[in-house]
Amino acid sequence: MSFQPYVPPEQLMKDRSEYARKGIARGRSVAALEYADGVLFVAENPSATLHKISEIYDRIAFAAVGKYSEFEDLRIAGIRLADVRGYSYGREDVSAKALANAYSQSLSAIFTQQMKPYEVELLVAQVGDTPEENEIFHVLFDGSVTDEHAFVGIGGSSEELTGHLREGYQPGWDLAAGVRAAVAALADGGSRQIPAEDIEAAVLERTSHRRRKFRRLRDSEVAGILADGMPATAPVADAEAAEEAPPSPNGSDPAG
Amino acid sequence: MTGLPNLPLSGGDGRFGVSPSFLDALAGHGPDPLTQPPATSGGPAMSVPHGTTVIGLKFSDGVIMAGDRRATEGYSIADDRIEKVFAADDHSAVSFAGVAGQATELVRLFQTELEHYEKVEGERLSLEGKANRLAQMIRSNLPMAMQGFVVVPLFGGYDERRGEGRLFRYDATGGRWEEEDFMSTGSGGKPARSSLKKRFRPGLDREEAVRIAVEALRDASEEDVATGGPDPVRSIWPSVKVITSEGVEALGDDEVRAAYEALVAEDR
Repeated sequence: MSFQPYVPPEQLMKDRSEYARKGIARGRSVAALEYADGVLFVAENPSATLHKISEIYDRIAFAAVGKYSEFEDLRIAGIRLADVRGYSYGREDVSAKALANAYSQSLSAIFTQQMKPYEVELLVAQVGDTPEENEIFHVLFDGSVTDEHAFVGIGGSSEELTGHLREGYQPGWDLAAGVRAAVAALADGGSRQIPAEDIEAAVLERTSHRRRKFRRLRDSEVAGILADGMPATAPVADAEAAEEAPPSPNGSDPAG
Repeated sequence: MTGLPNLPLSGGDGRFGVSPSFLDALAGHGPDPLTQPPATSGGPAMSVPHGTTVIGLKFSDGVIMAGDRRATEGYSIADDRIEKVFAADDHSAVSFAGVAGQATELVRLFQTELEHYEKVEGERLSLEGKANRLAQMIRSNLPMAMQGFVVVPLFGGYDERRGEGRLFRYDATGGRWEEEDFMSTGSGGKPARSSLKKRFRPGLDREEAVRIAVEALRDASEEDVATGGPDPVRSIWPSVKVITSEGVEALGDDEVRAAYEALVAEDR
């Protein structure tokens, strides 16, 4: 018969937190900020297909750092929850708050009950009709939720990242100013260069005429914005800027 | 795959990989849209609204889906402004003839299914994939169809990989066939098809194609009591959706009216 030696709960929680924090610190960070037309997410992500930022519902997006397999699991669960809610009730009944609560419950249960905690940190954001109605929720690996405003950084170096964002942040920035500030903050306050193709950026755009407000920024768009901001140093991505835009998924509203 | 004890909708289910299907997500967690009726014999015990004539035809830039606006319940007109043509996603549209209540729910489910897939997988389903998925959904409605609650859709879309418009027809059992040129279904489907057959030629431009679509629906309304024709007095116009590489565009009443007036002028 085997038995486990007694471990005080304080020690157990401390060990788990440390384990999760270490895991999260290994990955790259994500910055989110409110700009004039909605909410912007920017991440340093060399992969063009394994996303850190993703669409959940009409006005809701998700961003995560940490272990890919774990946050991918959470992302899909979030899409399922949102789509089932929206189908069962109405599209406007799907809220970021409900999603953040579901994530919080799940992560909290995993943190206390399972062998190992999830090594993830999440953002769930919702764009409102006015800037005051924007919502950004920050969910930690242990299930704790905080309500963020204006800007937030998540990931290993989140404190420095949030610090860099705080330095120059102005409410009502346009998209270009927001992207430049977020990229500079991710690049340790501008002390190194992140190539545009390693930037993953997406917005929840209030002004979009589509029902689904989530939009990814193409590499060429990001390169254009970054080149405009730093004409002296940044290389001009001619080839990419000239690249033909894919057919825009405009069209009429499927649920119309 | 690790379980998510509290999140109600983890995708794992112990299988390999995560299902990108909304129907799978719904199973056991939401309302069951494909509830099967108790077994009875004979036709439906109640009278319910039926949608009537819908058509689809290809043109140079894609495909046009159109439908009349009438729903009938027995010998009564249940609705004279019902919508039977729906954008399924950004590049496809679905229209239906048959039991209206069942059909609108199937359309809503189909729209959610396509969007769900796109969000989970990060890319859109192929047009072929969408057409097949719709066939499976119609097939799952078979027990209802056997009891008289029949839904027969048409599906048209712009195939981004092939760079052309494509059109699919179905039957009540979920059979699926791709059409070369045009198709119609519903109670006025036969006269509409005769009209299309006379007028259609490959490579129609948009204006001609819209006019032919309106003409086919008008012809159907003259032959079939359950099909509503264009009504300038009460301003009821067929719904017409044009699907091209640009997306799905619902034509405004003005454009449909112009097509109808051109048609009337031609007749004089």
